[in-house]
Amino acid sequence: MTVATPSETVTQNAPSRPRFPRRRGVPMVICLSAVWLVLVFVVALGADVIAPFGYVDQSLLNRLKPPAFLGGDPAHFLGTDGLGRDVLSRLIYAIRTSVLIAFFGTLIGASVGTLIGFLAAHFRGWVEDAVMVLVDFQASMPFLIIALAVLAFLGNSFWLFLVVVGLYGWETYARLARSLVLQANVQGYAFAIRTLGVHPVKIYVRHVLPNILSILVVQVTLNFPELILLETSLSFLGLGVQPPQTSLGLMLGEGRNYLATAWWMGIPAGIVIFLTTLSVSLVGDWLRDRLDPTLQVADS
Amino acid sequence: MSIRFILAKLLRGLVTLLLAVTFVFVVLRLSGDPVTQMLPDDVPASVIAEYRRMWGLDRPLPEQYLRYVLALLQGDFGFSFRDNRPALDVVMERVPETMRLGFAAFAITVIMGMAAGILAALRRGTGTDHATMGFTILAHSMPNFFLGILLILLFAMSLRVLPSSGNATWWHLIMPAVTLGASHAASVARFTRSSLLEVLHQPFMRTARAKGLTLQRRVVMHALPNAAIPVVTVLGLRLGGLIGGAVVVESVFAWPGIGLLLVNAVGQRDLAVVQAIVLLIALTMVIINFLVDITYGWLDPRIEGMQGRATR
Repeated sequence: MTVATPSETVTQNAPSRPRFPRRRGVPMVICLSAVWLVLVFVVALGADVIAPFGYVDQSLLNRLKPPAFLGGDPAHFLGTDGLGRDVLSRLIYAIRTSVLIAFFGTLIGASVGTLIGFLAAHFRGWVEDAVMVLVDFQASMPFLIIALAVLAFLGNSFWLFLVVVGLYGWETYARLARSLVLQANVQGYAFAIRTLGVHPVKIYVRHVLPNILSILVVQVTLNFPELILLETSLSFLGLGVQPPQTSLGLMLGEGRNYLATAWWMGIPAGIVIFLTTLSVSLVGDWLRDRLDPTLQVADS
Repeated sequence: MSIRFILAKLLRGLVTLLLAVTFVFVVLRLSGDPVTQMLPDDVPASVIAEYRRMWGLDRPLPEQYLRYVLALLQGDFGFSFRDNRPALDVVMERVPETMRLGFAAFAITVIMGMAAGILAALRRGTGTDHATMGFTILAHSMPNFFLGILLILLFAMSLRVLPSSGNATWWHLIMPAVTLGASHAASVARFTRSSLLEVLHQPFMRTARAKGLTLQRRVVMHALPNAAIPVVTVLGLRLGGLIGGAVVVESVFAWPGIGLLLVNAVGQRDLAVVQAIVLLIALTMVIINFLVDITYGWLDPRIEGMQGRATR
């Protein structure tokens, strides 16, 4: 084997060169998606300030008023619902509920799953076998069914709902974290630190986790839209977030009884769900392509 | 295909089933004492004790668990208090409707998805490709309940060409099946495209072309069988999604299948029906996964050896 001269190194890198010009420009669609996501988060955080009305403020004289741009009351931009509540204000609070559930749910699922994956990879043996059996089980059952069963048996409360929704996707994190840790453990840096006698917990938290974090973050972007869909589906069915609280799915679910007379009650919520899941998927795919060159090769 | 491969897959299916049964048992016990839930508050303690003894709730938990499993094996899934009939009967009479919807949606998934994927792969880089792939991204992000509502608004309320709910005629099947199949068709299309693109560059495709075969023949006889494995996997995975999606779609279109029954049973806390449906779905999923694994090993004999190692 000869030592590579500088010119050879350049030619070896050549195949990856054409990717650089693409890397620099961010496509228009991605920009728009990012803007939309920022908007959604700002609305979610500032709901109390932004919303023109409270989400439970009723005005029975102003029931089922059409949106302002269809000749309705200018004070109610998206019209009012069956109890005279302002649809725009409810939409803003619904965005807050749905985004918060999706956000904390993702946090729960990612932490629990990653922790289980770390435990499996650390202890190996029967712990790992048991974890993998559970992962297989979870992967083979539709999560919506499990969530419905738990909510049916244990009753519905907001916190239980949050935890159930949050557990969605734990098995993907567990599987991913396990294989990443197994790979990391045989690499030089982990071995070196271990020979220094550092406590295993410290090795995992301070050294292994930062090294595998970017791949886990990509998984989060894949999981997030599915979590929004899970929460909105359950709320749409009337089995998730309960009135008087509101969520995007619940709004659409309430609105479907008024489709013929007042479509504006539910449709805006549906559009927000659609645009949000679409934006997260687009940005996530784009991030994945940028962060992980191996996937790019496998994709083409 | 070796017997050992099949046995290993069977064993895995059985473990999954056992876990599902255990899961239901644990959650059922966590949900509280059925005796105190059923009887009024002012019932004397002696009556409660009598009921507990009658239903075997005074026994140790392992024994209760064994009795529970034995009852399930004999087809006893408990009693639906809403219908006053065995829960299994209530569930089984809804199964044909869900199967009808599921098959229609699956047909749409396979036919539309693969057709779109093949079209996009053959016209790679053209407007057709970009349009098809753009459309799949849209379809994939569209929540099925929202798609269903938009379809109802358009076809049932504005154009008045399709019925919006129920299952009286075959016309009623169109919108639910499209709603249920759309997002799955989209991901099948993406997988078909990428796995076909890999195959199209292979030397045997050039040979087929050199032999003077027509495009249809090259694609159908040579490319598709070799591109089938990832697609079959995705189809298998999608079946679970179809079952979950059916719950939502059935309640949007008031389609009287097990999905709608499940939603209603959860709402009314008819626990026997809920557990019967959950266990039935678990059984279905185990059978589907088993069949997918077998198809898999049959399509590509190399998988057998690889999977043995991969599961470690």
